[in-house]
Amino acid sequence: MRETELLVVGGGPAGLSAAVEAASHGCEVMVVDSDLALGGQLIKQTHKFFGSESERAGTRGFKIAEILLDELGQLKGKVEVLTNTTAESYYRGDGVVGCMTDEDNYWFVKPKKIVNATGASEKILPFPNNDLPGVYGAGAIQTLMNVYGVVPGKKVLMVGAGNIGLVVSYQLLQAGVDVVGIVEFLPNISGYWVHAAKVRRLGVPVLLKHTITRAIGENKVEGAYIQAVDDNNQLMGEPQKIDCDIICMSVGLSPTVDLLWQAGCKMMYVPELCGYVARRDNQMRTSNADIWAAGDAHGIEEASAAMVEGRIAGLGAAHSLDHVDRVQFGERLGMFWQRLDNLRAGATGEKIRCGVGKCTCQAWEVD
Amino acid sequence: MTKDEKLFNSGVLTQSRPGAELPPTELWNKKKNGLVIIECPQQIPCNPCYSSCPTGAVLPFNKIIDVPRIDYTKCIGCSLCVATCPGLACFVVDLTYGSEEEALMKLPYEMLPRPEIGEQVNCLNRIGEVVAQGKVVDINEPRKDCTLVVHVVVPNDLVNEIRAVRVVK
Ligand SMILES: Cc1cc2nc3c(=O)[nH]c(=O)nc-3n(C[C@H](O)[C@H](O)[C@H](O)COP(=O)(O)OP(=O)(O)OC[C@H]3O[C@@H](n4cnc5c(N)ncnc54)[C@H](O)[C@@H]3O)c2cc1C
Repeated sequence: MRETELLVVGGGPAGLSAAVEAASHGCEVMVVDSDLALGGQLIKQTHKFFGSESERAGTRGFKIAEILLDELGQLKGKVEVLTNTTAESYYRGDGVVGCMTDEDNYWFVKPKKIVNATGASEKILPFPNNDLPGVYGAGAIQTLMNVYGVVPGKKVLMVGAGNIGLVVSYQLLQAGVDVVGIVEFLPNISGYWVHAAKVRRLGVPVLLKHTITRAIGENKVEGAYIQAVDDNNQLMGEPQKIDCDIICMSVGLSPTVDLLWQAGCKMMYVPELCGYVARRDNQMRTSNADIWAAGDAHGIEEASAAMVEGRIAGLGAAHSLDHVDRVQFGERLGMFWQRLDNLRAGATGEKIRCGVGKCTCQAWEVD
Repeated sequence: MTKDEKLFNSGVLTQSRPGAELPPTELWNKKKNGLVIIECPQQIPCNPCYSSCPTGAVLPFNKIIDVPRIDYTKCIGCSLCVATCPGLACFVVDLTYGSEEEALMKLPYEMLPRPEIGEQVNCLNRIGEVVAQGKVVDINEPRKDCTLVVHVVVPNDLVNEIRAVRVVK
């Protein structure tokens, strides 16, 4: 049985930030990630991130991953990284975690503390023929295109005008793929206006209050039907046939919380955070005193916030292991919260503020 | 929803609003090197336009979700914000350039193929329609990060419409 002070599950921006923070205080850290490379969603992001300078705004996503990995590299002696390794199970009796490396190497680790930074999984939309080859989630399109350099098709219908739908549309255009249109159920784009403006000026139509009703094709996608919806969200008018060979769904994510369920953490359905999330205190600690969570796994948000949450969780874990004294803990916690509050200010952050408010308690001790 | 609202809700600017205003005409007409136009009308947590501005023309943000406000007297048309803005929402327009009918636009560009100096390109409006031909007179990459700033000569009556260029193969 292996042992470690802190096990960080997931090496995206949240997990990497947690690892860096904890290790920088002298904590011994093990990071496991299912993927072949660290970085999580960041390695697929070729666009420049919005956000504040302190959260690397203006830098392309994959570059932010490189920066985080550099920081981690400087703490080499303290951090062990295992890629191609999935944390699959949590044993409540003794707090042991079962991990699978490759497809056949199952092993156990007993960490003193855990940060769960497992990110999110994509939602999919039910419609006839959505199992045809050529129907993709946005994440798969990005992986093909931006990690492996494979163009997914020639003509894409994008479903969903949130930030992911808009950004992936832009990336498709950059790869020379035609985006024949973006359909959005809502009466407005739900991603940032500037991301929509970017694809609009390159000639991509955005059809608001429209949805996909069916994919067309025998063995692969050869087109799609879309249709308008009325104010009561009922289909109206005639379906319209769209010529496309790819249908890309970007209709939201939900937090990946399997380990937290297994660990018996108090969970809560919070629509604003896009699914079930663990209840937490202000240092991201769950109701299981040995487990913290951060990033999209704690509620769908952004990399900028994920990095700060990761920092907080790493700090909390290091503090609980006596690597940080109380004064420093309080100071850093305050600083990180100020950054989070900034990121969540204003109208765009309202949803998150509301969601986080629902599942945060002052401290578990008094809860 | 009116037609204008529908357009705006889909990412097309239809009129000036806070965060998406034009420079004052008098100053703009005579400012060599041009002035910036930022089209960022939504409060989002983002501030690189401010932090990249070397002259303080983009005013300090009280909160990171503020829309940008500009002191045009300080703008020198350097286009660093054009190169930095993650939303590609900054454009510089120099009305003093060339003949009476011409203007110079400095636009962000992240597509392939890259344009070449001297080349004619299609100028696109906010919904991607080709509204003019423009001549590329300079290209630079201020941040060395693959976002080009393309300097293109356009008809000066279209500077409020043109927002992108496309290389014609
Ligand atoms: C198209 C697109 C554009 C975006 N643009 C922006 C932007 O401009 N600005 C911004 O701030 N954010 C942006 N985001 C959001 C941002 O990428 C995410 O919010 C961020 O990556 C979340 O970080 P995370 O570390 O929580 O999760 P992730 O990045 O998803 O990382 C989770 C990691 O955990 C691993 N993992 C999961 N389960 C296990 C397990 N059981 N065992 C081991 N490993 C596991 C996964 O392999 C993955 O590497 C964008 C996202 C997308 C998809």
